[in-house]
Amino acid sequence: MTHILVPVKLVPDLVEELQIAGSGNALDMTWLRLIISEFDDHAIEQAIILKERSGGEVTVIAPDQEGMDDVLFTAAAKGADRITKLSGDFGEGFNNHALARAFASAVEGLAPDLILTGVQGNNDLDGSVGPCLAEYLGMAYVGYVAGVSLEGGKAVIKKEYPGGLIAEMEVALPAVLGIQAAEQPPRYVAVSKVRQMMKETSIVEIDAGDLDPSGGLDVSRMYLPEAAERAEMLQGNEKEVAARLVEIFKEIGVI
Amino acid sequence: MNNDIYVVIEHLRGQVADISYIMLAAGRDLARETGGKLAAVLLGQNAQALAENLAADQVLYGENAALAEFTSDAYQQALAGLISENQPRAAFFGSTTIGTDVAGTLSARLNIPLVSSCSKISDGMIVSQICGGKIMAETKLADTTTLITMIPGGYKPEQGRGGPPEVKPVPVSVADLKVALNQYIEPEVADVDITKEKVLISIGRGIQTADNIELAQALADLLGGAVSASRPVVDQGWLPTSRMVGKSGQRVKPKLYLALGISGAPEHVEGMADAENIIAINIDPGAPLFDVAKYGVNVDLFDLIDPLIEAIEAAK
Ligand SMILES: Cc1cc2nc3c(=O)[nH]c(=O)nc-3n(C[C@H](O)[C@H](O)[C@H](O)COP(=O)(O)OP(=O)(O)OC[C@H]3O[C@@H](n4cnc5c(N)ncnc54)[C@H](O)[C@@H]3O)c2cc1C
Ligand SMILES: Nc1ncnc2c1ncn2[C@@H]1O[C@H](COP(=O)(O)O)[C@@H](O)[C@H]1O
Repeated sequence: MTHILVPVKLVPDLVEELQIAGSGNALDMTWLRLIISEFDDHAIEQAIILKERSGGEVTVIAPDQEGMDDVLFTAAAKGADRITKLSGDFGEGFNNHALARAFASAVEGLAPDLILTGVQGNNDLDGSVGPCLAEYLGMAYVGYVAGVSLEGGKAVIKKEYPGGLIAEMEVALPAVLGIQAAEQPPRYVAVSKVRQMMKETSIVEIDAGDLDPSGGLDVSRMYLPEAAERAEMLQGNEKEVAARLVEIFKEIGVI
Repeated sequence: MNNDIYVVIEHLRGQVADISYIMLAAGRDLARETGGKLAAVLLGQNAQALAENLAADQVLYGENAALAEFTSDAYQQALAGLISENQPRAAFFGSTTIGTDVAGTLSARLNIPLVSSCSKISDGMIVSQICGGKIMAETKLADTTTLITMIPGGYKPEQGRGGPPEVKPVPVSVADLKVALNQYIEPEVADVDITKEKVLISIGRGIQTADNIELAQALADLLGGAVSASRPVVDQGWLPTSRMVGKSGQRVKPKLYLALGISGAPEHVEGMADAENIIAINIDPGAPLFDVAKYGVNVDLFDLIDPLIEAIEAAK
């Protein structure tokens, strides 16, 4: 039976205001709201689509970050067969190299045929998890994937190029794919179903041991963008702004 | 390790991608700091002619039948050999469907750092844009070869055009490939070509539902334009891929680009930064698109659309 593994992580919710930590070279985690990485959510969806289409089992694995249990139970409610959490020092400041190594050591016991990760996380700075994980496991990696089917020991994938061009590629399994978009948008599950999962399922914990961040980065400084030129902000109530916009449309010759 | 800077040239179906020239411009800035040579690394089959306009001190050309079309593992093997033997100070890759696959796996294979999403080299520092453009990060070159993936924005492609440079063939070895290209599938023919429209009303996740798209369509109809979108709108299946603006979509240059509920992530900005007049409407005063736009309006788009439609109708 095909076993599909989906490693996911949490990233900053960009709707919130982000701040720099006192150290000057990291995000301030104090008020940060974390959410599942958008593309990891697509990876979960793609795994469940594959399972529904051609059978198999889906395991979702994640580092023990605050708020992760909800994400894992949501994945179970969507159709993941197993949900797994890596316990370790995932509070602050771990990098993707360390996370990929932790996933890699857990993967050995899970023996997946296919690993789907999100192509990128919004806070990735030392590369992304998927390519590192593939390399630590000695598997092939292909990213920017927007379509997967499984055919006899191979994945036939659609890799996105700019402008809508697709490269159809064959990848020998086991392999790691960086999912850009699932074939369908991530499904919605009712909160009641997630609550039900909390009662029926449990999260398996795997000890990640000490994290090894080598190959990562020493960031010198983080800061908020200082734009050379910022937009002229139009002030006033909606009516006044609308009138000003119409003037601008006339100036540039579109009315 | 030496002080040379490598730029891995991206090309697809006989065309050098603009990001290659942008990387050469960045690579030149970095080579000036390190005092090394700027070398373009060109891999392919019968691809030597692509070296012609590269503004590099030297082109290292690796020829191999397995490199005729891009696959991640063939490129990775060829470059792992080249980089570990020659140990350049840094190697640039595009933050693209080609570059990220290769740079990411090389970082792990060679256990050397990779700095993602660099938009500029500034005083020898690698300046990256993360968190959808809301955070900047500066990283120094490491004590080993440092890999860098590059996004557009900090340089114009023209800055990296020049040549013809000296071309030096280099041996590359590739074996036991796990990835193969079957075919290219052309984009579907679009009902509207957003690259040709003078006016684009562009919608992002802020539009909330597919039904609300008709509000944007009404504006587009009044101004004689079309509706385009950010990636999430297309990934939801609300508009076809042909309407997508950005890294994976189209690069547009309309007279008016009116963005409704688009945050301005680098992957989006890459496709619209050259528009003549950008107007951003966003409820978040910190939306990065306000740093790109000429005019900004910090309101709820749903409060503005009706008055705007009325004002345009009255003006016509
Ligand atoms: C490899 C890769 C390639 C990508 N390629 C592309 C690409 O080609 N094109 C692209 O667009 N993206 C691309 N992306 C995705 C990109 O990173 C961003 O996630 C995306 O651009 C965000 O789209 P958005 O601005 O619509 O959504 P969000 O970032 O969620 O922003 C929504 C905005 O709407 C505002 N808003 C919400 N409600 C309202 C309201 N009522 N009134 C006014 N404003 C409101 C919010 O304040 C927010 O700023 C790519 C990502 C990756 C990893
Ligand atoms: N090309 C388009 N331009 C503007 N609105 C569209 C377009 N395609 C679909 N819509 C709107 O999106 C909604 C869902 O469309 P569909 O996905 O085709 O069912 C409908 O309310 C349409 O009005």
